[in-house]
Amino acid sequence: MMVVGVGNRFRGDDGAGLEAAARLRSRAPELRVLERDGDLAGVLDAWADEDAVIVIDATRSGAPAGTVQRFDVGDAPLPAAFSRGSTHLFGIVEAIELGRALGRLPQRLVVYGIEGLTFTLGQGLSPEVSAAVEDVVGDVLAATSIAPS
Amino acid sequence: MADKVRTIKVDALARVEGEGAIYVKARGQKVEEVRLRIFEPPRFFEAFLRGRRFGEAPDFTARICGICPVAYMMSSIHAMEDALGLRVDGPIRELRRLLYCGEWIESHALHIYLLHAPDFLGYDDAIRMAKDHRREVERGLELKKTGNDILRLLGGREIHPINIRVGGFYRLPTRAELAPLAEKLKRARDLALETVRWVSTFEFPDFDRDHEFVALRHPSEYPMNEGRIVSTRGLDIAVRDYEDHFAEEQVPHSTALHSRLKARGSYFVGPLARFALNRDRLSPVAAEAAREAGLGGDCRNPFRSIIVRAVETLYACDEALRVIAAYEPAGPPALEAAPRESVGHGCTEAPRGILYHKYQLSADGLIAAARIVPPTSQNQKAIEEDMTRFVEGRLSLPDEKLRWQCEQAVRNYDPCISCSTHFLKLEIDRS
Repeated sequence: MMVVGVGNRFRGDDGAGLEAAARLRSRAPELRVLERDGDLAGVLDAWADEDAVIVIDATRSGAPAGTVQRFDVGDAPLPAAFSRGSTHLFGIVEAIELGRALGRLPQRLVVYGIEGLTFTLGQGLSPEVSAAVEDVVGDVLAATSIAPS
Repeated sequence: MADKVRTIKVDALARVEGEGAIYVKARGQKVEEVRLRIFEPPRFFEAFLRGRRFGEAPDFTARICGICPVAYMMSSIHAMEDALGLRVDGPIRELRRLLYCGEWIESHALHIYLLHAPDFLGYDDAIRMAKDHRREVERGLELKKTGNDILRLLGGREIHPINIRVGGFYRLPTRAELAPLAEKLKRARDLALETVRWVSTFEFPDFDRDHEFVALRHPSEYPMNEGRIVSTRGLDIAVRDYEDHFAEEQVPHSTALHSRLKARGSYFVGPLARFALNRDRLSPVAAEAAREAGLGGDCRNPFRSIIVRAVETLYACDEALRVIAAYEPAGPPALEAAPRESVGHGCTEAPRGILYHKYQLSADGLIAAARIVPPTSQNQKAIEEDMTRFVEGRLSLPDEKLRWQCEQAVRNYDPCISCSTHFLKLEIDRS
Protein backbone atom coordinates (compact mmCIF):
# COMPACT_ATOMS: atom_id res chain seq x y z
CA MET A 1 0.00 0.00 0.00
CA MET A 2 1.30 3.43 -0.92
CA VAL A 3 -0.10 6.90 -0.35
CA VAL A 4 0.71 9.70 -2.83
CA GLY A 5 0.06 13.29 -1.80
CA VAL A 6 -0.10 15.70 -4.73
CA GLY A 7 -0.10 19.48 -4.86
CA ASN A 8 1.78 22.75 -4.56
CA ARG A 9 2.27 23.99 -1.02
CA PHE A 10 3.02 27.49 -2.27
CA ARG A 11 -0.48 27.82 -3.76
CA GLY A 12 -2.69 27.90 -0.70
CA ASP A 13 -5.19 25.02 -0.55
CA ASP A 14 -3.47 23.30 -3.47
CA GLY A 15 -1.17 21.95 -0.74
CA ALA A 16 -3.98 19.86 0.81
CA GLY A 17 -2.68 16.55 -0.62
CA LEU A 18 0.85 17.28 0.57
CA GLU A 19 -0.38 18.22 4.03
CA ALA A 20 -2.34 14.96 4.23
CA ALA A 21 0.81 13.07 3.21
CA ALA A 22 2.87 14.87 5.86
CA ARG A 23 0.33 14.09 8.62
CA LEU A 24 0.15 10.44 7.53
CA ARG A 25 3.91 10.15 7.56
CA SER A 26 4.19 11.47 11.09
CA ARG A 27 1.36 9.32 12.46
CA ALA A 28 2.07 6.11 10.60
CA PRO A 29 5.83 5.94 9.94
CA GLU A 30 5.53 2.41 8.54
CA LEU A 31 3.29 3.62 5.72
CA ARG A 32 4.96 4.29 2.34
CA VAL A 33 4.15 7.92 1.65
CA LEU A 34 5.17 9.87 -1.46
CA GLU A 35 4.86 13.60 -1.97
CA ARG A 36 4.74 15.01 -5.50
CA ASP A 37 4.72 18.71 -6.26
CA GLY A 38 5.50 18.79 -9.97
CA ASP A 39 5.84 16.34 -12.78
CA LEU A 40 3.77 13.19 -12.18
CA ALA A 41 4.99 11.12 -15.14
CA GLY A 42 7.40 9.40 -12.74
CA VAL A 43 4.58 8.27 -10.45
CA LEU A 44 3.97 5.26 -12.74
CA ASP A 45 7.39 3.94 -11.76
CA ALA A 46 6.94 4.82 -8.12
CA TRP A 47 3.81 2.65 -7.79
CA ALA A 48 4.98 -0.12 -10.17
CA ASP A 49 5.22 -2.71 -7.39
CA GLU A 50 2.17 -1.61 -5.41
CA ASP A 51 -1.12 -3.52 -5.36
CA ALA A 52 -3.01 -0.67 -3.79
CA VAL A 53 -2.43 3.09 -4.02
CA ILE A 54 -4.24 6.00 -2.45
CA VAL A 55 -3.81 9.41 -4.10
CA ILE A 56 -4.79 12.59 -2.26
CA ASP A 57 -5.11 15.85 -4.20
CA ALA A 58 -6.93 19.14 -4.06
CA THR A 59 -9.92 19.76 -6.34
CA ARG A 60 -11.60 22.80 -7.87
CA SER A 61 -15.09 21.62 -8.75
CA GLY A 62 -17.11 24.49 -7.34
CA ALA A 63 -18.27 22.44 -4.33
CA PRO A 64 -18.08 24.04 -0.84
CA ALA A 65 -14.52 24.31 0.51
CA GLY A 66 -13.47 21.20 2.42
CA THR A 67 -15.81 18.86 0.53
CA VAL A 68 -14.16 15.45 0.27
CA GLN A 69 -14.79 13.32 -2.80
CA ARG A 70 -13.56 9.71 -3.02
CA PHE A 71 -13.16 7.84 -6.31
CA ASP A 72 -12.37 4.20 -6.94
CA VAL A 73 -10.48 4.47 -10.18
CA GLY A 74 -12.05 1.78 -12.32
CA ASP A 75 -12.99 2.18 -15.96
CA ALA A 76 -13.99 5.82 -15.91
CA PRO A 77 -11.56 8.72 -16.05
CA LEU A 78 -11.26 11.08 -13.09
CA PRO A 79 -13.54 14.10 -13.14
CA ALA A 80 -12.16 17.34 -14.61
CA ALA A 81 -12.01 18.90 -11.14
CA PHE A 82 -8.69 17.09 -10.61
CA SER A 83 -7.09 18.56 -13.72
CA ARG A 84 -4.24 20.91 -12.94
CA GLY A 85 -4.76 23.01 -16.04
CA SER A 86 -1.03 22.58 -16.50
CA THR A 87 0.20 22.42 -20.05
CA HIS A 88 3.64 20.95 -19.93
CA LEU A 89 3.77 18.98 -16.75
CA PHE A 90 1.79 15.85 -16.14
CA GLY A 91 -0.98 16.14 -13.56
CA ILE A 92 -2.60 13.22 -11.73
CA VAL A 93 -5.40 12.92 -14.33
CA GLU A 94 -2.85 12.55 -17.13
CA ALA A 95 -0.69 10.18 -15.08
CA ILE A 96 -3.66 7.90 -14.32
CA GLU A 97 -4.92 7.91 -17.92
CA LEU A 98 -1.42 7.26 -19.27
CA GLY A 99 -1.03 4.47 -16.70
CA ARG A 100 -4.34 3.02 -17.89
CA ALA A 101 -3.25 3.17 -21.57
CA LEU A 102 0.02 1.47 -20.71
CA GLY A 103 -1.53 -1.13 -18.40
CA ARG A 104 0.38 0.31 -15.45
CA LEU A 105 -2.32 1.10 -12.92
CA PRO A 106 -2.22 -0.62 -9.54
CA GLN A 107 -4.93 -3.22 -8.96
CA ARG A 108 -6.66 -0.91 -6.56
CA LEU A 109 -6.41 2.87 -6.95
CA VAL A 110 -8.42 5.25 -4.80
CA VAL A 111 -8.29 9.02 -5.26
CA TYR A 112 -9.39 11.46 -2.59
CA GLY A 113 -10.20 14.97 -3.70
CA ILE A 114 -10.31 17.78 -1.16
CA GLU A 115 -12.06 20.89 -2.44
CA GLY A 116 -9.94 23.98 -1.98
CA LEU A 117 -11.04 27.53 -1.36
CA THR A 118 -8.03 29.57 -2.42
CA PHE A 119 -5.28 28.70 -4.91
CA THR A 120 -3.41 31.98 -4.92
CA LEU A 121 0.26 32.42 -4.05
CA GLY A 122 0.98 31.81 -0.38
CA GLN A 123 1.37 29.02 2.13
CA GLY A 124 -1.13 27.50 4.57
CA LEU A 125 -4.55 25.88 4.26
CA SER A 126 -7.98 27.39 4.82
CA PRO A 127 -9.53 26.11 8.12
CA GLU A 128 -12.24 24.12 6.26
CA VAL A 129 -9.59 22.48 4.10
CA SER A 130 -7.32 21.69 7.04
CA ALA A 131 -10.26 20.00 8.80
CA ALA A 132 -11.06 18.02 5.64
CA VAL A 133 -7.42 16.88 5.46
CA GLU A 134 -7.87 15.48 8.98
CA ASP A 135 -10.99 13.55 7.86
CA VAL A 136 -9.11 12.05 4.91
CA VAL A 137 -6.12 11.13 7.10
CA GLY A 138 -8.48 9.32 9.50
CA ASP A 139 -10.13 7.54 6.59
CA VAL A 140 -6.82 6.40 5.15
CA LEU A 141 -5.52 5.19 8.52
CA ALA A 142 -8.73 3.24 9.02
CA ALA A 143 -8.50 1.76 5.52
CA THR A 144 -4.92 0.67 6.07
CA SER A 145 -5.87 -0.73 9.52
CA ILE A 146 -3.18 1.40 11.13
CA ALA A 147 -4.09 2.85 14.48
CA PRO A 148 -3.08 6.51 14.63
CA SER A 149 -0.24 7.12 17.12
CA MET B 1 -16.29 37.57 -50.42
CA ALA B 2 -12.60 37.50 -51.40
CA ASP B 3 -11.88 40.45 -49.11
CA LYS B 4 -13.72 39.09 -46.12
CA VAL B 5 -11.62 39.27 -42.97
CA ARG B 6 -11.05 35.83 -41.56
CA THR B 7 -10.01 35.39 -37.93
CA ILE B 8 -8.62 32.17 -36.60
CA LYS B 9 -7.98 31.95 -32.89
CA VAL B 10 -6.37 29.22 -30.90
CA ASP B 11 -7.49 30.38 -27.49
CA ALA B 12 -5.43 28.13 -25.28
CA LEU B 13 -2.50 26.29 -26.73
CA ALA B 14 -2.14 22.80 -25.38
CA ARG B 15 1.07 20.85 -24.95
CA VAL B 16 3.22 23.94 -24.56
CA GLU B 17 4.45 25.27 -21.24
CA GLY B 18 2.59 28.32 -19.94
CA GLU B 19 -0.38 30.34 -21.16
CA GLY B 20 -0.52 31.84 -24.60
CA ALA B 21 -2.50 32.10 -27.82
CA ILE B 22 -2.12 32.67 -31.55
CA TYR B 23 -4.03 35.37 -33.40
CA VAL B 24 -4.06 35.34 -37.23
CA LYS B 25 -5.70 38.06 -39.33
CA ALA B 26 -6.18 37.28 -43.03
CA ARG B 27 -7.81 39.23 -45.86
CA GLY B 28 -8.54 37.08 -48.93
CA GLN B 29 -5.39 35.05 -49.57
CA LYS B 30 -3.13 37.47 -47.70
CA VAL B 31 -2.15 37.12 -44.07
CA GLU B 32 -2.07 40.61 -42.59
CA GLU B 33 -0.94 39.86 -39.09
CA VAL B 34 0.12 37.01 -36.86
CA ARG B 35 0.56 37.59 -33.16
CA LEU B 36 1.89 35.14 -30.68
CA ARG B 37 -0.02 36.42 -27.66
CA ILE B 38 1.48 35.66 -24.32
CA PHE B 39 -0.67 36.29 -21.28
CA GLU B 40 1.21 34.31 -18.73
CA PRO B 41 1.34 36.86 -15.92
CA PRO B 42 4.58 38.79 -15.52
CA ARG B 43 6.75 37.27 -12.83
CA PHE B 44 9.14 40.08 -11.88
CA PHE B 45 12.16 37.84 -11.33
CA GLU B 46 14.63 40.49 -12.45
CA ALA B 47 13.11 42.96 -10.00
CA PHE B 48 12.96 40.78 -6.91
CA LEU B 49 16.53 39.54 -7.38
CA ARG B 50 17.72 43.06 -6.61
CA GLY B 51 19.08 43.28 -3.09
CA ARG B 52 19.54 39.49 -2.76
CA ARG B 53 22.96 37.90 -2.27
CA PHE B 54 24.79 36.74 -5.39
CA GLY B 55 24.73 33.13 -4.18
CA GLU B 56 20.94 33.10 -4.10
CA ALA B 57 20.50 33.70 -7.84
CA PRO B 58 20.82 30.05 -8.96
CA ASP B 59 18.12 28.74 -6.60
CA PHE B 60 15.84 31.69 -7.28
CA THR B 61 16.10 31.64 -11.06
CA ALA B 62 15.75 27.83 -11.15
CA ARG B 63 12.13 28.48 -10.14
CA ILE B 64 11.47 30.21 -13.47
CA CYS B 65 11.01 26.76 -15.02
CA GLY B 66 10.19 23.21 -13.88
CA ILE B 67 11.47 21.72 -17.17
CA CYS B 68 14.79 23.50 -17.50
CA PRO B 69 15.85 24.62 -14.01
CA VAL B 70 19.44 23.50 -14.70
CA ALA B 71 19.71 26.01 -17.56
CA TYR B 72 18.70 28.87 -15.25
CA MET B 73 21.06 27.70 -12.53
CA MET B 74 23.95 27.31 -14.98
CA SER B 75 23.52 30.67 -16.73
CA SER B 76 23.27 32.47 -13.39
CA ILE B 77 26.26 30.58 -11.96
CA HIS B 78 28.46 31.33 -14.97
CA ALA B 79 27.41 34.99 -14.81
CA MET B 80 28.25 35.18 -11.09
CA GLU B 81 31.60 33.45 -11.59
CA ASP B 82 32.34 35.92 -14.38
CA ALA B 83 31.52 38.75 -11.98
CA LEU B 84 33.70 37.28 -9.21
CA GLY B 85 36.59 36.39 -11.49
CA LEU B 86 36.23 32.71 -10.63
CA ARG B 87 37.40 30.09 -13.10
CA VAL B 88 36.01 26.59 -12.49
CA ASP B 89 37.64 23.65 -14.18
CA GLY B 90 38.35 19.95 -13.67
CA PRO B 91 35.74 17.56 -12.24
CA ILE B 92 33.30 20.35 -11.28
CA ARG B 93 33.19 21.61 -14.85
CA GLU B 94 32.67 18.05 -16.12
CA LEU B 95 29.89 17.34 -13.60
CA ARG B 96 28.09 20.51 -14.70
CA ARG B 97 28.14 19.11 -18.22
CA LEU B 98 26.76 15.79 -16.93
CA LEU B 99 23.98 17.67 -15.13
CA TYR B 100 23.14 19.58 -18.32
CA CYS B 101 23.02 16.26 -20.25
CA GLY B 102 20.40 15.11 -17.74
CA GLU B 103 18.26 18.17 -18.40
CA TRP B 104 18.53 17.84 -22.22
CA ILE B 105 17.53 14.15 -22.02
CA GLU B 106 14.61 14.82 -19.68
CA SER B 107 13.32 17.90 -21.54
CA HIS B 108 13.82 16.54 -25.09
CA ALA B 109 12.25 13.13 -24.23
CA LEU B 110 9.22 14.92 -22.77
CA HIS B 111 8.79 17.08 -25.86
CA ILE B 112 9.47 14.34 -28.43
CA TYR B 113 7.23 11.66 -26.94
CA LEU B 114 4.55 13.33 -24.86
CA LEU B 115 4.08 16.66 -26.65
CA HIS B 116 5.25 16.52 -30.28
CA ALA B 117 4.97 12.94 -31.63
CA PRO B 118 1.15 12.82 -31.25
CA ASP B 119 0.93 15.61 -33.88
CA PHE B 120 2.77 13.53 -36.47
CA LEU B 121 0.88 10.32 -35.73
CA GLY B 122 -2.55 11.96 -35.66
CA TYR B 123 -3.47 11.78 -32.00
CA ASP B 124 -4.97 14.43 -29.74
CA ASP B 125 -2.46 13.64 -27.02
CA ALA B 126 0.12 11.18 -25.76
CA ILE B 127 -2.45 9.28 -23.71
CA ARG B 128 -4.46 8.38 -26.83
CA MET B 129 -1.21 7.67 -28.67
CA ALA B 130 -0.09 5.35 -25.86
CA LYS B 131 -3.03 2.99 -26.50
CA ASP B 132 -1.67 2.23 -30.02
CA HIS B 133 2.02 2.96 -29.49
CA ARG B 134 2.66 1.52 -26.08
CA ARG B 135 6.24 0.46 -26.73
CA GLU B 136 7.24 3.90 -28.00
CA VAL B 137 5.64 5.77 -25.10
CA GLU B 138 7.31 3.41 -22.61
CA ARG B 139 10.59 4.16 -24.36
CA GLY B 140 10.03 7.89 -23.99
CA LEU B 141 9.17 7.56 -20.30
CA GLU B 142 12.30 5.48 -19.67
CA LEU B 143 14.49 8.03 -21.45
CA LYS B 144 12.92 10.88 -19.49
CA LYS B 145 13.43 8.98 -16.27
CA THR B 146 17.14 8.48 -17.01
CA GLY B 147 17.51 12.23 -17.48
CA ASN B 148 15.68 12.80 -14.20
CA ASP B 149 17.95 10.21 -12.52
CA ILE B 150 21.01 12.29 -13.44
CA LEU B 151 19.38 15.38 -11.95
CA ARG B 152 18.43 13.53 -8.79
CA LEU B 153 21.90 12.07 -8.29
CA LEU B 154 23.88 15.26 -8.93
CA GLY B 155 21.27 17.77 -7.84
CA GLY B 156 19.63 16.09 -4.84
CA ARG B 157 16.20 16.04 -6.52
CA GLU B 158 14.66 15.83 -10.02
CA ILE B 159 13.19 19.31 -10.25
CA HIS B 160 14.85 22.43 -8.92
CA PRO B 161 18.05 20.74 -7.73
CA ILE B 162 19.47 21.79 -4.37
CA ASN B 163 23.11 20.66 -4.65
CA ILE B 164 24.23 23.28 -7.19
CA ARG B 165 25.94 26.54 -6.22
CA VAL B 166 28.15 29.33 -7.44
CA GLY B 167 31.67 27.84 -7.52
CA GLY B 168 30.54 24.22 -7.86
CA PHE B 169 28.48 21.79 -5.80
CA TYR B 170 27.70 21.36 -2.11
CA ARG B 171 28.81 17.76 -2.36
CA LEU B 172 30.58 15.82 -5.11
CA PRO B 173 29.35 12.33 -5.98
CA THR B 174 31.69 9.35 -5.66
CA ARG B 175 32.62 7.17 -8.63
CA ALA B 176 30.65 4.33 -7.05
CA GLU B 177 27.53 6.52 -6.90
CA LEU B 178 27.81 7.30 -10.61
CA ALA B 179 28.34 3.66 -11.67
CA PRO B 180 24.64 2.58 -11.66
CA LEU B 181 23.82 5.72 -13.65
CA ALA B 182 26.23 4.59 -16.37
CA GLU B 183 24.32 1.31 -16.70
CA LYS B 184 21.02 3.18 -17.15
CA LEU B 185 22.67 5.55 -19.63
CA LYS B 186 23.96 2.70 -21.80
CA ARG B 187 20.39 1.52 -22.18
CA ALA B 188 19.17 5.10 -22.66
CA ARG B 189 21.69 5.58 -25.47
CA ASP B 190 20.18 2.56 -27.29
CA LEU B 191 16.67 3.96 -26.70
CA ALA B 192 17.77 7.37 -27.99
CA LEU B 193 19.16 5.79 -31.17
CA GLU B 194 15.81 4.00 -31.64
CA THR B 195 14.15 7.37 -31.11
CA VAL B 196 16.18 9.02 -33.90
CA ARG B 197 15.23 6.18 -36.25
CA TRP B 198 11.56 6.30 -35.20
CA VAL B 199 11.01 10.06 -35.61
CA SER B 200 12.91 10.13 -38.91
CA THR B 201 10.13 7.94 -40.40
CA PHE B 202 7.47 10.61 -39.68
CA GLU B 203 6.05 12.65 -42.57
CA PHE B 204 7.12 16.27 -42.63
CA PRO B 205 5.52 19.08 -44.61
CA ASP B 206 7.88 21.07 -46.89
CA PHE B 207 8.49 24.19 -44.89
CA ASP B 208 12.09 25.41 -45.04
CA ARG B 209 12.76 28.77 -43.42
CA ASP B 210 15.77 31.01 -43.84
CA HIS B 211 16.38 32.25 -40.30
CA GLU B 212 19.64 33.48 -38.92
CA PHE B 213 20.51 30.72 -36.47
CA VAL B 214 22.22 31.78 -33.24
CA ALA B 215 23.94 29.38 -30.84
CA LEU B 216 27.01 28.96 -28.68
CA ARG B 217 30.14 27.59 -30.29
CA HIS B 218 32.97 26.01 -28.28
CA PRO B 219 36.42 25.07 -29.63
CA SER B 220 35.97 21.36 -28.96
CA GLU B 221 32.54 20.58 -27.49
CA TYR B 222 28.94 20.48 -28.67
CA PRO B 223 27.90 23.56 -26.68
CA MET B 224 26.18 23.45 -23.30
CA ASN B 225 27.86 25.65 -20.70
CA GLU B 226 30.45 27.65 -22.59
CA GLY B 227 31.36 29.18 -25.89
CA ARG B 228 31.15 32.27 -28.06
CA ILE B 229 27.80 33.42 -29.44
CA VAL B 230 27.89 32.76 -33.19
CA SER B 231 25.38 32.85 -36.04
CA THR B 232 24.90 31.52 -39.56
CA ARG B 233 25.36 35.09 -40.84
CA GLY B 234 28.77 35.76 -39.38
CA LEU B 235 28.06 36.92 -35.81
CA ASP B 236 30.93 35.80 -33.57
CA ILE B 237 31.00 37.56 -30.18
CA ALA B 238 31.98 36.96 -26.60
CA VAL B 239 29.04 36.43 -24.20
CA ARG B 240 29.85 39.73 -22.47
CA ASP B 241 29.14 41.60 -25.74
CA TYR B 242 25.57 40.23 -25.98
CA GLU B 243 23.85 43.55 -25.25
CA ASP B 244 25.87 45.32 -27.93
CA HIS B 245 24.26 43.09 -30.55
CA PHE B 246 20.85 42.09 -29.21
CA ALA B 247 17.95 44.27 -28.05
CA GLU B 248 14.69 43.48 -26.27
CA GLU B 249 11.49 45.43 -26.91
CA GLN B 250 7.97 45.42 -25.56
CA VAL B 251 5.05 44.54 -27.82
CA PRO B 252 1.46 45.21 -26.76
CA HIS B 253 0.18 41.64 -27.36
CA SER B 254 2.68 39.83 -25.19
CA THR B 255 3.89 39.88 -21.61
CA ALA B 256 7.18 38.51 -22.99
CA LEU B 257 9.72 40.91 -24.41
CA HIS B 258 10.65 40.39 -28.08
CA SER B 259 14.36 40.05 -28.86
CA ARG B 260 16.06 41.10 -32.06
CA LEU B 261 19.52 41.36 -33.51
CA LYS B 262 20.18 45.08 -33.67
CA ALA B 263 21.77 44.72 -37.12
CA ARG B 264 19.27 42.36 -38.77
CA GLY B 265 16.09 41.77 -36.76
CA SER B 266 14.68 38.36 -35.99
CA TYR B 267 16.82 35.32 -35.33
CA PHE B 268 16.35 31.78 -34.15
CA VAL B 269 17.81 29.77 -31.25
CA GLY B 270 17.40 26.17 -30.09
CA PRO B 271 18.15 22.65 -31.35
CA LEU B 272 18.02 23.56 -35.09
CA ALA B 273 20.44 26.45 -34.52
CA ARG B 274 22.78 24.43 -32.32
CA PHE B 275 22.84 21.60 -34.86
CA ALA B 276 23.44 23.91 -37.84
CA LEU B 277 26.34 25.64 -36.12
CA ASN B 278 27.86 22.71 -34.23
CA ARG B 279 27.10 19.43 -35.96
CA ASP B 280 30.85 18.91 -36.47
CA ARG B 281 31.12 18.73 -32.66
CA LEU B 282 28.72 15.80 -32.23
CA SER B 283 30.11 12.50 -31.00
CA PRO B 284 30.62 9.89 -33.75
CA VAL B 285 27.54 7.88 -32.75
CA ALA B 286 25.28 10.98 -32.77
CA ALA B 287 26.79 12.29 -36.03
CA GLU B 288 26.24 8.92 -37.69
CA ALA B 289 22.63 8.73 -36.46
CA ALA B 290 22.01 12.26 -37.80
CA ARG B 291 23.36 11.27 -41.21
CA GLU B 292 21.29 8.09 -41.22
CA ALA B 293 18.19 10.15 -40.38
CA GLY B 294 18.78 12.40 -43.39
CA LEU B 295 20.16 15.42 -41.52
CA GLY B 296 23.16 15.86 -43.82
CA GLY B 297 23.42 19.64 -44.08
CA ASP B 298 21.50 22.31 -42.19
CA CYS B 299 18.02 21.38 -41.17
CA ARG B 300 15.85 24.46 -41.79
CA ASN B 301 12.41 22.87 -41.42
CA PRO B 302 11.02 23.48 -37.92
CA PHE B 303 8.82 20.35 -38.26
CA ARG B 304 12.00 18.29 -38.46
CA SER B 305 13.26 19.73 -35.19
CA ILE B 306 11.92 16.55 -33.58
CA ILE B 307 14.73 14.63 -35.33
CA VAL B 308 17.33 17.11 -34.15
CA ARG B 309 16.02 16.83 -30.57
CA ALA B 310 16.34 13.04 -30.86
CA VAL B 311 19.94 13.40 -32.12
CA GLU B 312 20.74 15.74 -29.25
CA THR B 313 19.18 13.27 -26.80
CA LEU B 314 21.46 10.56 -28.19
CA TYR B 315 24.43 12.91 -27.94
CA ALA B 316 23.58 13.79 -24.35
CA CYS B 317 23.45 10.08 -23.37
CA ASP B 318 26.78 9.50 -25.10
CA GLU B 319 28.39 12.57 -23.55
CA ALA B 320 27.06 11.69 -20.09
CA LEU B 321 28.70 8.27 -20.40
CA ARG B 322 31.99 9.91 -21.42
CA VAL B 323 31.92 12.19 -18.38
CA ILE B 324 31.12 9.36 -15.99
CA ALA B 325 33.87 7.12 -17.40
CA ALA B 326 36.51 9.85 -16.99
CA TYR B 327 35.31 11.19 -13.62
CA GLU B 328 37.72 11.27 -10.68
CA PRO B 329 36.57 13.37 -7.72
CA ALA B 330 39.33 15.80 -6.72
CA GLY B 331 39.59 19.02 -4.75
CA PRO B 332 36.87 20.79 -2.80
CA PRO B 333 33.25 20.52 -4.05
CA ALA B 334 33.19 24.26 -4.70
CA LEU B 335 35.58 27.18 -5.18
CA GLU B 336 35.04 30.30 -3.13
CA ALA B 337 35.52 33.92 -4.12
CA ALA B 338 35.05 37.20 -2.30
CA PRO B 339 32.40 39.50 -3.72
CA ARG B 340 33.44 42.71 -5.46
CA GLU B 341 31.75 45.50 -7.31
CA SER B 342 31.41 44.01 -10.78
CA VAL B 343 29.25 42.98 -13.69
CA GLY B 344 29.01 39.36 -14.87
CA HIS B 345 27.57 37.74 -17.98
CA GLY B 346 26.55 34.12 -18.50
CA CYS B 347 25.07 32.31 -21.48
CA THR B 348 24.36 28.58 -21.69
CA GLU B 349 22.41 26.32 -24.06
CA ALA B 350 19.05 25.55 -22.42
CA PRO B 351 17.16 22.73 -24.20
CA ARG B 352 15.25 25.48 -26.09
CA GLY B 353 18.29 27.61 -26.96
CA ILE B 354 20.63 30.22 -25.54
CA LEU B 355 19.73 31.65 -22.15
CA TYR B 356 21.51 34.90 -21.26
CA HIS B 357 21.94 36.26 -17.72
CA LYS B 358 23.65 39.47 -16.63
CA TYR B 359 24.13 40.62 -13.04
CA GLN B 360 25.55 43.77 -11.55
CA LEU B 361 26.93 43.20 -8.06
CA SER B 362 27.74 45.73 -5.36
CA ALA B 363 30.91 45.49 -3.26
CA ASP B 364 29.05 43.56 -0.51
CA GLY B 365 27.89 40.87 -2.95
CA LEU B 366 24.30 42.06 -3.31
CA ILE B 367 22.60 42.04 -6.72
CA ALA B 368 22.11 45.62 -7.91
CA ALA B 369 20.62 44.73 -11.29
CA ALA B 370 19.63 41.51 -13.07
CA ARG B 371 18.75 40.74 -16.66
CA ILE B 372 17.46 37.39 -17.94
CA VAL B 373 16.77 36.69 -21.64
CA PRO B 374 15.19 33.25 -22.12
CA PRO B 375 15.20 31.31 -25.42
CA THR B 376 11.45 31.49 -26.13
CA SER B 377 11.36 35.28 -25.98
CA GLN B 378 14.27 35.37 -28.42
CA ASN B 379 12.33 33.13 -30.83
CA GLN B 380 9.00 34.98 -30.73
CA LYS B 381 9.61 37.15 -33.79
CA ALA B 382 10.85 34.20 -35.84
CA ILE B 383 7.83 32.13 -34.73
CA GLU B 384 5.45 34.90 -35.83
CA GLU B 385 7.24 35.16 -39.20
CA ASP B 386 7.07 31.38 -39.65
CA MET B 387 3.38 31.31 -38.73
CA THR B 388 2.64 34.05 -41.28
CA ARG B 389 4.27 32.00 -44.03
CA PHE B 390 2.69 28.77 -42.78
CA VAL B 391 -0.86 30.16 -42.73
CA GLU B 392 -0.44 31.90 -46.11
CA GLY B 393 0.05 28.55 -47.79
CA ARG B 394 -3.00 27.09 -46.04
CA LEU B 395 -5.72 29.74 -46.16
CA SER B 396 -7.93 27.49 -48.29
CA LEU B 397 -8.33 25.18 -45.31
CA PRO B 398 -11.47 25.45 -43.18
CA ASP B 399 -10.95 27.27 -39.87
CA GLU B 400 -11.10 24.16 -37.71
CA LYS B 401 -8.39 22.36 -39.70
CA LEU B 402 -6.25 25.48 -39.97
CA ARG B 403 -6.50 26.03 -36.23
CA TRP B 404 -5.33 22.47 -35.59
CA GLN B 405 -2.39 22.81 -37.99
CA CYS B 406 -1.34 26.16 -36.49
CA GLU B 407 -1.33 24.67 -33.03
CA GLN B 408 0.85 21.82 -34.28
CA ALA B 409 3.18 24.27 -36.00
CA VAL B 410 3.73 26.19 -32.77
CA ARG B 411 4.70 23.01 -30.95
CA ASN B 412 7.65 22.68 -33.38
CA TYR B 413 9.29 25.39 -31.33
CA ASP B 414 8.73 23.70 -27.95
CA PRO B 415 7.89 27.14 -26.59
CA CYS B 416 8.28 27.63 -22.90
CA ILE B 417 5.83 30.41 -22.22
CA SER B 418 6.29 30.59 -18.49
CA CYS B 419 10.03 31.00 -18.97
CA SER B 420 9.67 33.80 -21.47
CA THR B 421 7.24 35.82 -19.41
CA HIS B 422 8.33 38.21 -19.02
CA PHE B 423 4.61 34.31 -22.92
CA LEU B 424 -0.09 30.63 -26.13
CA LYS B 425 -4.41 30.43 -27.80
CA LEU B 426 -4.83 30.62 -31.83
CA GLU B 427 -7.03 33.31 -33.34
CA ILE B 428 -7.40 33.60 -37.14
CA ASP B 429 -9.11 36.80 -38.25
CA ARG B 430 -10.17 36.52 -41.94
CA SER B 431 -11.15 40.09 -42.82
